[in-house]
Amino acid sequence: MGLLSWGDKGWGDELALATLMTLAVASCAFLLGLVFGSLGATAKLSRIRPLVLLADAYTTVLRGIPELLVIYLLFFGGGGALRFVVKMFGYDGYVELNAFTTGVIAIGIVNGAYSTEAIRGAVLAVPKGQIEAAKAYGMPPWTMFRRILAPQVLRYALPSLGNVWQLCLKETALISVTGLVEIMRQSTIGAGSTKQPFTFYACAAVLYLVLTSLSSLGFARAERWADRGVRRS
Amino acid sequence: MPDFAFLWQTLEKLVAGLPLLFQLVSISLAAGFVLAVPVALMRLSPVPPLRWIASSYVFLFRGTPLLVQIFLIYYGLSQFVEIRGSALWPFLRQPYWCAILALTLNTGAYGAEIIRGGIQSVPWGQVEAARVCGMSGLLLLRRIILPIALRQALPAYSSEMILMVKATSLASTITLLELTGIAHKIISETYRAIEVFVVAGAIYLLINFLLTRAMLALEYWLSPHLRDAPAAARAQESAALVH
Amino acid sequence: MNKRLYTLLAAVAALGLSAGVGTDAMAQAKDWKKIKIATEGAYAPWNFTNAAGKLEGFEVDLANDLCKRMKAECEIVAQDWDGIIPSLQAGKYDVIIAGMSITPKRMEVIDFSTPYAVTPAALAVLKSSPLAKIPADKNYDLTKNKAEAEKAIEGLKVALKGKVIGAQVSTTHSNFIEAYFKGTAETRTYKTTEQHDLDITAGRLDGAYASIGYWKPLMGKPEGKDLVMVGPTFTGGIFGTGVGAGLRKTDPELKAKFNEAIGAAAKDGTIKTLAVKWFGFDNTPQ
Repeated sequence: MGLLSWGDKGWGDELALATLMTLAVASCAFLLGLVFGSLGATAKLSRIRPLVLLADAYTTVLRGIPELLVIYLLFFGGGGALRFVVKMFGYDGYVELNAFTTGVIAIGIVNGAYSTEAIRGAVLAVPKGQIEAAKAYGMPPWTMFRRILAPQVLRYALPSLGNVWQLCLKETALISVTGLVEIMRQSTIGAGSTKQPFTFYACAAVLYLVLTSLSSLGFARAERWADRGVRRS
Repeated sequence: MPDFAFLWQTLEKLVAGLPLLFQLVSISLAAGFVLAVPVALMRLSPVPPLRWIASSYVFLFRGTPLLVQIFLIYYGLSQFVEIRGSALWPFLRQPYWCAILALTLNTGAYGAEIIRGGIQSVPWGQVEAARVCGMSGLLLLRRIILPIALRQALPAYSSEMILMVKATSLASTITLLELTGIAHKIISETYRAIEVFVVAGAIYLLINFLLTRAMLALEYWLSPHLRDAPAAARAQESAALVH
Repeated sequence: MNKRLYTLLAAVAALGLSAGVGTDAMAQAKDWKKIKIATEGAYAPWNFTNAAGKLEGFEVDLANDLCKRMKAECEIVAQDWDGIIPSLQAGKYDVIIAGMSITPKRMEVIDFSTPYAVTPAALAVLKSSPLAKIPADKNYDLTKNKAEAEKAIEGLKVALKGKVIGAQVSTTHSNFIEAYFKGTAETRTYKTTEQHDLDITAGRLDGAYASIGYWKPLMGKPEGKDLVMVGPTFTGGIFGTGVGAGLRKTDPELKAKFNEAIGAAAKDGTIKTLAVKWFGFDNTPQ
């Protein structure tokens, strides 16, 4: 077990840092996915034809091609696309996406597609009568969103968002190809240089298990919190 | 302007990876399903040890990334001399069977949860009715529970199938030359990463699109009782009501 | 509460973007005071990642020395081998210093400095394998003595018939096995050299081609004690004309700077000292 010790001779501290990196990428990607998901769900529910089509195309494409390819495409093409965009705004300098941002955007976009469906389903689950009642009261749209829609959407969406988060955590393993040192890459480096693949990949598996089980506990708590005002049959 | 000649060449080369992709998907989905049904039943079993075994398996394979599972099976297991000397080695020696093993175990765990959900959604009344009719054990399972459960689980299972098609791209990490593997090879010769990955992505998208359509058709075919009656029948019915 | 949540989301998104959209690589109008260098970090002792998570090796030392000579501030990053050339073209860094051979095929897309190392390719197998009996042979140059070299390859083909032979993907070694052993042996390519080593040890792979500069130091370590180099070694032809730094074709000034620095480092013996330190033998171009 000397291999996994702390300090410059062992890989323990590197793996711990890599775990933090995994968490950081996953959290940022999940939040970005929520932003894309809210936009996507709004577009899908908007009944404005071009928006609906756009959102449909987004979810179909992103759920239909392997995450690994999305990451590669963004990794090799992201910088060029970004330079094209900033050029349109008149900036002629050189900009580039670093490995962290590439990973966050790639996984964020993919997760956005899953979040779109989760949020859309949750909005549809809010009883129509409540919206009608709110309208009948003369509630302004923003207040209606804040008081009626948002709390219930959050409650209905939490279980599926929990799944999206788990997916997100596991997908971060794929961004090791961009050179970002997260759990998977660190284990591969360790496995390669010590020729002890089992030790390192088993260690990676344990670290992921810790992350996924801790977060399912967290989500279970959040669900209980969101359900607090609901009577159970 | 896109270089269409190059895109076409790439497409032709990538198509050569499709047979392997289909093999990986179909064998592991079939084997995974065969694994998933008993695991789902074990999860719902009244016998605690059975429940524990099944839950730990599901926990392990749903809680870790597939890439880790593939590397653990391919590179990890071969670290041990005992395994290299065992009867399993002729299989584990080959990247093909390692990929199938990893994909099967992975989809088996997800499939078990989907089927468990399906079984739990079977209306209790139907099970009671069957028991009243004298059905029990395997007969009850075969005639009542599983057909209803599987029909319920179908939409979730088709998402799982799509995830599996995408998951085969990871087989390229253990030297297999399926679609993504060939894409890497072309890039190593031409250095044109974006174009090659776009073509590869389009092929995956097409496969998944066709798969989704097929599964929707299957769902439609399996749920005649949920559909509106055809227009002609409805017209007849309403005509009968008027008279 | 929602208002705050949305503000938070917006802030996080803005932060992420501004952090990512750094003014990297070519941003510093081309005075080359700052240079970003890519290496693989998995090809010991050329370049590798140590247990402290730091890049180390012959080329890391060399790059630091060259940067000192060019009076430039250098950043060395790790990049997976199979994407190392596309990423150079995409502008993720300015130079590749990663044991990359100078070949006509690569010259079509990128430029190279003058070579700083020459290292023949060799086949390594397990000591316990029947292939370990292939007798050691001299080095053959595929450019200068093509006929003789190809005769040696014909001899190898007999020994390798039906075996599984590997190399790292997108290398001169994988090009070599594909060009000469396809149809005779099954060929497999790996993302890193470390991965084909694992498969040789596991017995999945009968042997792999890599440079002597990689095998020799490995065999001196406990991880490589079961391996042995067999048969003839090769240079020239498909293996190119030595190992150099890879650059974009659009940066001739940077290439000139590197050539000057490499020339100076070769002249005062720095490269030779580094080679002996890391490889245990001198593999500088003669």
